[in-house]
Amino acid sequence: MVTLNIDGREIQAEKGKTILEVARENNIHIPTLCENEAVAAYGACRLCMVEVVSGNRNRLVTSCLYEVSEGLNVKTQSDKIMKVRQLVMELLLARCPNSSEVKEMAQSVGVKTSRFEPEQEDNLCILCSLCTRVCRDVIGKSAISLVSRGTERQVALPFCDDANACIACGSCVQVCPTGAIKMVDQGDTRIITWPNSSHEFKMKECQSCGKYFAPEQQIEYMMKVSGLEEEKFNLCMTCRP
Amino acid sequence: MNDKNSKLTSIKELELKRAQIIAERPDVATISVCCGTGCQAFGGQKIAKAFVDSIASHGLQESVAVKTTGCHGFCERGLLVVIRPQNILYQHVELEDVEEIMNETILKGNVIERLLYITSDGTTRITAEEDVPFYKKQQRLVFGANGYIDPTEIDDYIAIGGYSALAKAFSSMEPEQVIDEIDRAGLRGRGGGGFPTAKKWKSTREAHGEVKYVICNCDEGDPGAFMDRSLMEGNPHSIIEGMIIGAYAAAANSGIVYIRNEYPLAVKNTEIAIRQAQKYGLLGDDILGSGFNFNIVISRGGGAFVCGESTALMASIEGKVGEPRAKYVHTSEKGLYDRPTVLNNVETWANVPLIINRGASWYSSIGTEHSKGTKIFSLVGKINHTGLVEVPMGITLREIIYEIGGGIPDNKKFKAVLTGGPSGGCIPESLLDLPVDFDELTRVGSMMGSGAMIVLDENNCVVDIARYFLKFLEEESCGKCVPCREGLERMRQILDDISEGKGTESHLGILEEMSESIKVGSLCGLGQTAPNPVMTTLKYFREEYLAHIVDKKCPAGVCKSLVTYNIVDENCTACRICVKNCPAGAIEFIAKKTPVVLHQEMCTKCGACMDVCKFDAVEIR
Repeated sequence: MVTLNIDGREIQAEKGKTILEVARENNIHIPTLCENEAVAAYGACRLCMVEVVSGNRNRLVTSCLYEVSEGLNVKTQSDKIMKVRQLVMELLLARCPNSSEVKEMAQSVGVKTSRFEPEQEDNLCILCSLCTRVCRDVIGKSAISLVSRGTERQVALPFCDDANACIACGSCVQVCPTGAIKMVDQGDTRIITWPNSSHEFKMKECQSCGKYFAPEQQIEYMMKVSGLEEEKFNLCMTCRP
Repeated sequence: MNDKNSKLTSIKELELKRAQIIAERPDVATISVCCGTGCQAFGGQKIAKAFVDSIASHGLQESVAVKTTGCHGFCERGLLVVIRPQNILYQHVELEDVEEIMNETILKGNVIERLLYITSDGTTRITAEEDVPFYKKQQRLVFGANGYIDPTEIDDYIAIGGYSALAKAFSSMEPEQVIDEIDRAGLRGRGGGGFPTAKKWKSTREAHGEVKYVICNCDEGDPGAFMDRSLMEGNPHSIIEGMIIGAYAAAANSGIVYIRNEYPLAVKNTEIAIRQAQKYGLLGDDILGSGFNFNIVISRGGGAFVCGESTALMASIEGKVGEPRAKYVHTSEKGLYDRPTVLNNVETWANVPLIINRGASWYSSIGTEHSKGTKIFSLVGKINHTGLVEVPMGITLREIIYEIGGGIPDNKKFKAVLTGGPSGGCIPESLLDLPVDFDELTRVGSMMGSGAMIVLDENNCVVDIARYFLKFLEEESCGKCVPCREGLERMRQILDDISEGKGTESHLGILEEMSESIKVGSLCGLGQTAPNPVMTTLKYFREEYLAHIVDKKCPAGVCKSLVTYNIVDENCTACRICVKNCPAGAIEFIAKKTPVVLHQEMCTKCGACMDVCKFDAVEIR
């Protein structure tokens, strides 16, 4: 255990935990956009930056990655931090002018409007990479990834087209904080729409009730990973004994 | 000689080998032909071959040798040929000059005046390489050997004392002593950060784990920087020797040289060097009978600027997207494949054998209090002597630019020097007497970076320069973190506006505020330093920004939206050369002896008219 100070509060924390984890355990709010418990911390959105004072040194660190240590003195709301957070949100607000989540987050750090010209009105993707990280690290498929550099960067299927590796599980949809990836099930078809392409996937029919309950590719993948026979996947959740 | 018995199994065998190489080399005249990348473009290889053929036709094989070397540094005067032992420097040598050099200099011992360096006042011709002002003030400890050795011949390197530092380390120094020597020498990383090299080695040595790596970073990507490539091309063994010593000190057994694939000659020469070192048993198992095992492989980079950043570079070697990560746990503890890793820049590695051979106290006597040794800079832009210069730390910018660099061409006025590449800073004339070292450059808002020095004259616009570098970094940003990805683009858009006359005074405040936040808020060094050119130009050249914003003028005449090209009627002879060269057909010929007329509404401001006019009859307003 170590003792540290966050915003004037003495806190005991387990060694090896990050500042963000410890702050949350102690109900100290630090905003984040690219963090999710399903995947490892990434440090890209820069909203969770905090100021760390050790001795005469005083620097900004990413709280989702920086581990606590004895005597650490953390400020989560200093002027410098607020300026970074406000700039980040102003930039994201210009990138995604119509995302309600972005607007909400912007307001929470004191940004109502952006000084920058809005880009595409319909862009909802903040490039937090949660979708691609979940697809790679949790699902193990890497069906989508980040392509290109800088502002050209985007979430994409290989060649923005090839959905062969995708099992249509919808994890990317679930984890997206801004609703930039959409999914609808229409009868025997599941349609997933990423920021630059849309694909249809066939659904499997429940042998008992006839409901389409899961994408065929997902079932195949689950069979492969689990080593179970096909008959184990013939029934939907409701019909299973 | 087969591979088996060419292997040197002890230090004694290395020394015998050295003695044998030197003994077998007759004391002959040498024609050293620069075949660095720059001089190859001037036909270096062809010229070298012409010398070889000519020597053969004269039957002089026994008394004259040709050496194709790496870059000599004085690139602006390429192709360079040096005749040794007299050290006669011939510049701008062409294929046609070969016979004359053979007949006059080699056979008769005469110096060919027209191929010599002429001082800028045009009065004096200088014969010896070391007397040329460009070389005179330099201290070429690391780079000097480039002119003497063929980089594809390990024997050349051994003949000038190569691998003796390794032998010394193996025979008389414990790894800790090597680290201590480097520490006392005060060697700091030449890649830009200036981190103490010994500290890195020490923490890797002390880190847990059996598998440890050393990496040589040859991903030099700064516009205008070519010192790492020239070292790698011209003297790869010095880097390999440094890496073996570093690996020995850090207890690493695997090395990787990461070279960008745009440097084909560096890749090729390094491949050859590694093969030769392996053949001699200088790489591999039980090096020189020391019991120490170490080998090196090459990893070629795809050319992303961000891959010069250590964590992105390691990701790239691992086959992942070259994206940096936070370094709260140092790479010296958790680097490549999460193993303890020492990563140093090419030039840093090349300094190592020097320190081991000549000792820490000698090395630390060169330079300033906190920056020891020499630094290689690439001197480019508006400078007479374009090329690579190696100078002791602490030399002033003025000495580099005016004495070594020969000042600004065409008697133009010096405006600023950008040190540290695209994320460096613009240093104005008032700071020309600044001693160049890591800390002083940082103090004035710039940085050492990898060592590019881009000189600007009165015809360069600082807004345009800041915009150019910001654009470069915007395109090279990996896009992972928001401040760098989105912020740099927005800053560049503001600079676009300013250069188009759409700027407002409040823009300057926004730029400063963004710069501050991007500097502290970005994930890696790229974003953290990207605002430097903007910040320093705003600090030192604010009036030039204001001229764009308030007066809607670009004082340097660069920003197209803010300038007009005009005909100076009294100078115009109606020669029509501008009329012929104007791609937009904007210039009208009226009559003989009547000034031409430039139609502003058609002018694309390409400047062709001004370039071709022989009578100064086109001006920018």
